[in-house]
Amino acid sequence: MSVVLSSNEAATAVEEHAERKVLGLTPDAWLRILMPTLIGFLALAAWEWAVQAKGIPNYILPGPIEIGRTLLADWGTLSGSLLITLQITFAALFVAALLGLALAVLFAQSRIIELSLFPYAVILQVTPIVAIAPLIFIWVDDIRIALLICAWIVAFFPILSNTTLGLNSADHNLVDLFRLYRANRWQVLRYLRLPTAMPYFLAGLRISGGLALIGAIVAEFVAGTGGRASGLAYRILEAGYQLKIPRMFASLVLISVTGIAIFLALSLISHLALRHWHESAMKERK
Amino acid sequence: MGIGAPVVSLAGVSKRYANGTLAVRGVDMAIGQGDFVSLLGPSGCGKSTVLRMMAGLIPPSAGRIEMAAGGHASGDVGFVFQEPTLAPWSNALKNVMLPLRLAGVARSEAEARAAAALASVGLAGFEKSYPRALSGGMKMRVSIARALVTKPRLLLMDEPFAALDEITRHKLNNDLLTLWEAERFTAIFVTHSVFESVYLSRRIVVMAARPGRVVEDLSVDAPYPRGEVFRTSAAYAAHCRDISAALTRAMGE
Repeated sequence: MSVVLSSNEAATAVEEHAERKVLGLTPDAWLRILMPTLIGFLALAAWEWAVQAKGIPNYILPGPIEIGRTLLADWGTLSGSLLITLQITFAALFVAALLGLALAVLFAQSRIIELSLFPYAVILQVTPIVAIAPLIFIWVDDIRIALLICAWIVAFFPILSNTTLGLNSADHNLVDLFRLYRANRWQVLRYLRLPTAMPYFLAGLRISGGLALIGAIVAEFVAGTGGRASGLAYRILEAGYQLKIPRMFASLVLISVTGIAIFLALSLISHLALRHWHESAMKERK
Repeated sequence: MGIGAPVVSLAGVSKRYANGTLAVRGVDMAIGQGDFVSLLGPSGCGKSTVLRMMAGLIPPSAGRIEMAAGGHASGDVGFVFQEPTLAPWSNALKNVMLPLRLAGVARSEAEARAAAALASVGLAGFEKSYPRALSGGMKMRVSIARALVTKPRLLLMDEPFAALDEITRHKLNNDLLTLWEAERFTAIFVTHSVFESVYLSRRIVVMAARPGRVVEDLSVDAPYPRGEVFRTSAAYAAHCRDISAALTRAMGE
């Protein structure tokens, strides 16, 4: 006598249904892309029409076409600034992810350390960066390092708090199972706590990606037009002083696009990492 | 099929939780090598607590628990929880490999043994499936494969089939008995179902609540293998009646 799976049991297993696809995407995905695009296009057209019909001058409100033209004409200057802002943002995000994860692991190992340090992480988080930034610029000579520190302070907390929560969310039965098999601290971390914390960490990373950009921009504003840094925020300030309003808008467009790109990239990473098992990465069952 | 020397024995074991609840009082019990024993009782009778103490997951407040030589070494005791308790981020094979990996078994050997364990519970071909893609019964099979992959001497099960539909439960009961007869482990099975306990066990320990204690210790002297013939036999019905009566007495006390 041997053990064989009954068809009744296997039949209730979840099956991935192949959906109808148009050019590699499902009709629903197309709708998701096309509808916002259409709305955006209509809004831009209305904007352009209003600017043209009312004869609004460029230094008050440039139309989308003029902004696009400026973006192309000033691309040399703007792309350089974009690169600097991107460098600061990603460096800050990287350090935030690394330190956030490391500190969260430390917190998970010792309740005493968590209790003693967590309040200070909260203080760091709730103090507005605009208020601390001038101090940092006084203390740190290298303006890029100073910008990095500001962006890091803003981006750090969601990763720390999310990952800490994740590391402490392990299924208590699985914890018992690991104890039954005499797992050591490192094995529990490696095979149980870190995988459990993965979705939490990635959710934190997604929030922090946007925050790192905001932190970098805000810090640049505080640093002002000292002439030493030349990120996108600096371009906005500069263009404001010179009344080059189309260029302000062009910089603004680049910042928004950067923010969207960071969010999409981190969402993709999250999806790829979790698609096999986590509910958040699953398609809705219909 | 003789029953050997005790593989685990409890003497005067009590458990009082930190909140003051007396979960178990004065339990004496010896489980013989190769036996299939059910702990049967209403909820709150401390049967899960007894099981967890046997597994070494919680210490008793009083009394002694003795394991046969080698008893509490890693892998000598298998545990199946009420939920499948699988790691959702790992596929079926990796889930079953876990106890071996924790014991430091090399990856290639662990893979081979885990694949064999999955095949033994009827899940050959599902090695790469993630838990979310498996049905409730199949997840429980993975959980049993994981508990058996270390070839434990003692298999502890805490109401493992309580959440399954009746047809699946009957099938898994049969398959569990097949595995038990083939691999000769000692099985301790916690349940609140009279029918399940009679169908599976050679011995049924009936427990009562508040405080949790053993009230009766009965044997089911029907031969194995047991199948649908036994499930519909007069002997089965008689045993169920006796055990039900014992349970009623236990709850009425």
